[in-house]
Amino acid sequence: MIKWWKILSVLIILYTLVWGLLNPVPKLAILHESIRNVYFHVPIWFAMLFQMGYSVVFAVKHLYKNDMRSDLISDQAAQTGLFLSIPGLLTGCMWAKFTWGTWWTFEDPKLNGVAIAVLIYLAYFILRSSITDELKRARISAVYNIFAFVMMFVFIMILPRLTDSLHPGNGNNPAFGKYDLDNSMRTVFYPAVIGWVLLSLWILDVKKRLATLKYNSEND
Amino acid sequence: MTKITYILFFLLGMLSLQAQDTLAKPSESFEKVPYDAYVPEPEMADLFRSQGKIYVVIAVLTITFLCLIGYLIYIDIRLRKLENRK
Repeated sequence: MIKWWKILSVLIILYTLVWGLLNPVPKLAILHESIRNVYFHVPIWFAMLFQMGYSVVFAVKHLYKNDMRSDLISDQAAQTGLFLSIPGLLTGCMWAKFTWGTWWTFEDPKLNGVAIAVLIYLAYFILRSSITDELKRARISAVYNIFAFVMMFVFIMILPRLTDSLHPGNGNNPAFGKYDLDNSMRTVFYPAVIGWVLLSLWILDVKKRLATLKYNSEND
Repeated sequence: MTKITYILFFLLGMLSLQAQDTLAKPSESFEKVPYDAYVPEPEMADLFRSQGKIYVVIAVLTITFLCLIGYLIYIDIRLRKLENRK
């Protein structure tokens, strides 16, 4: 049977799909109805950050315990996180086109940061695939994972807040939480974050089990 | 599997309830952002909503999402069968 939290994630996201389009939102110039993108674009990035955090926790666990299971989970979580950055980037591009007027701008430190973070994680997978010895690969990629996570956090969460950014909550812009995210939006936004994180965990669960099967069949 | 189907049907039933609630009270509980008298109000999809066509979008989104989830459930079950074979 399908686990309860998987069904919960579906129900929560269905709720955000329906109520997210119907609930009253603040009437803001430029944004207009596109403010509802907050319910989908932002939770996807939160889920991506969650997966990367999950990955680094198991990287540390691997260094601590030296077990291959943690390495496998760490790898799969990083893959899931990187995958989630694709819809995150695409929805971001779409939203930017219709509010900032461009698909991509190098003026915005958050976009640059995300681009760098994605490249750092791509390097993680190249690093993994370039080492054939299993233990060595696990050890080195776990160390690199810690570095990658810290760099991603700096590039996405810290640097954009220090300089001018087009994103809300960064530079001189007010955060959605301060003025724009009113209580009506909160009733959708917070469940959406939980729902997408749970859905990403479901995807991770499937990937993890598949990788375990593959690992077992190769080592039998 | 039947449990899930029941839950999904129940949820779909809920949609119409909430939809009617918003139709009755069009966003009056929210104070508008103060604009000068000369600045036109930001264009929102109020009319679109009042004509009810937003439900079409919601239906399309829901169908798309449920199809994807159905596929995920299918993969999950297939995987379980594979795991149990050993």
